[in-house]
Amino acid sequence: MQTTLSHEFAPRSLWQRWRWLIWVAIIIAIYTWAITGLHFTGLQESAKTVSESIGKGLVHPDWAYVYNGSGEDLSSLTLQTLAIAFLGTIVSAFISVPFAFWAARTLHERWHLRSGSGKVMLTLIRTFPEIVLAIMFIKAVGPGSYAGVLAISIHSIGMLGKLFSESLENMDRGAEEAITSAGGNRTQIFALATIPTIMPEFISYTLYRFEIAVRSASILGMVGAGGIGTPMIFAIQTRNWPRVGIILLGIIVMVLLIDTLSEQLRKKLI
Amino acid sequence: MSYPEMPQRPWRQRYHVQAIAWVVGLIILLVLSSWATGANFGMFLANIDQFTVLLVQMSHPAWDYLSVIIQPLYETIQMAILGTTIGAAFAVPFSVLAAHNLVSNKYLRGLIRLVLDLVRTLPDLLLAAIFVAVFGIGSTAGVVTLAIFSFGMVSKLFYEVIETIDMGPLEAMKSVGASKVTIIWYAVLPQILNQFVSYFLYTLEINVRASTVLGYLGAGGIGVYLQRSLDQFNYSATAVIILATLVVVMVIDGISNHLRRVLL
Repeated sequence: MQTTLSHEFAPRSLWQRWRWLIWVAIIIAIYTWAITGLHFTGLQESAKTVSESIGKGLVHPDWAYVYNGSGEDLSSLTLQTLAIAFLGTIVSAFISVPFAFWAARTLHERWHLRSGSGKVMLTLIRTFPEIVLAIMFIKAVGPGSYAGVLAISIHSIGMLGKLFSESLENMDRGAEEAITSAGGNRTQIFALATIPTIMPEFISYTLYRFEIAVRSASILGMVGAGGIGTPMIFAIQTRNWPRVGIILLGIIVMVLLIDTLSEQLRKKLI
Repeated sequence: MSYPEMPQRPWRQRYHVQAIAWVVGLIILLVLSSWATGANFGMFLANIDQFTVLLVQMSHPAWDYLSVIIQPLYETIQMAILGTTIGAAFAVPFSVLAAHNLVSNKYLRGLIRLVLDLVRTLPDLLLAAIFVAVFGIGSTAGVVTLAIFSFGMVSKLFYEVIETIDMGPLEAMKSVGASKVTIIWYAVLPQILNQFVSYFLYTLEINVRASTVLGYLGAGGIGVYLQRSLDQFNYSATAVIILATLVVVMVIDGISNHLRRVLL
């Protein structure tokens, strides 16, 4: 801990000396509350056999499911999951741009109506659970991957809009000022200075969000919004552990691949 | 007077070959994926009345439902606190083993990082579905899910913190012959404690958000009621749940942001 000299010599008040005790009391109180509040169901009798069969299923995955030409196999559903994530993220990136300009605070004031309302809007979108969105869209367009695309494109606005607006707030204004001083009009400033300055960061954040969307897309199927989640939840419910094993492997490989690829691209960008 | 020759751009740059190739590739991928997902904007517009009916119902929250969901809301926060704590506790030894300035064995470090990478690939709801099958419906499955989920995230954040510490105090202690444990306790811990607590709080924020939907698959907390209200088409109750969750998340975020600002 860094204690400066003056800190050492100044006589510490009673409050400063015993403050840590209050913190300890608060932390103990929080944990007591948390532990006593939960009803631990304890291990079921079947827990051991279930975990054993899960382990067995993971070691002996159902390799036949990888590709069987039906269009309902692992490889085609993985591709479908990627398609959901990709389309959702791209659509959301485009919708996020106006939201970002809405929420960005370019003047340094404490309260700003436009940017403040934009930030609240983005927080609202971010907190609205993706699963609930998916269920709402299923009501509108029926179960399937299209509902997943819509859910991801709306939900991602919350995070992308926030990241975009923050990079707008922190961007280098040099190029804009240069064009202003050379007599450029607003359109020219926007097209020749703002967009080129901000583009690499926007693309990088979109790629990052795509990584997250791949994870989301693989679970949205659990509520019926297409992708690999649907066979996963069926396999879990019917206790088909070899099938669960192969789908888990598929998801792990897919996510690792996408993460590595996107990380490489992002490194190149910035 | 002769001017220096203007630098000539190769035709690849002059005609923006690379940028055009990227755009064309992107468009092809977009077309392929909208074909694969059956995306159809017209269909959405045709059914938009269904969607607006839902939104209208949700804009009339049934406030009396609030008394029903107070208890599960507490349970959600309790699950998040316990899950994050267990996950972070397991993350500490793993993050020490994964940091390249503390462990010089390349293979051990690589193995640990591989395990952490694998854990991080699994989405939270997927873990919840599996642990509900193992532990049965209830908050135990939720706590275990959150513990594993935060373990993957926290250990990465932790070892990145450890890798940025000042090696001076470590070398000083090593030169006077201190043991590994003593070095970690007196030279590493004081440098990282504040950031560890800060990242712990950050993970807690994320877990509070995550724990609100875990119950959807039976892993306890408010999500159970979320699923019930959606299954019964009781959207005004759903709206109350979402708003209450929003308030809880914002309060937790506020507290945690304040604490983190004090710490750093």
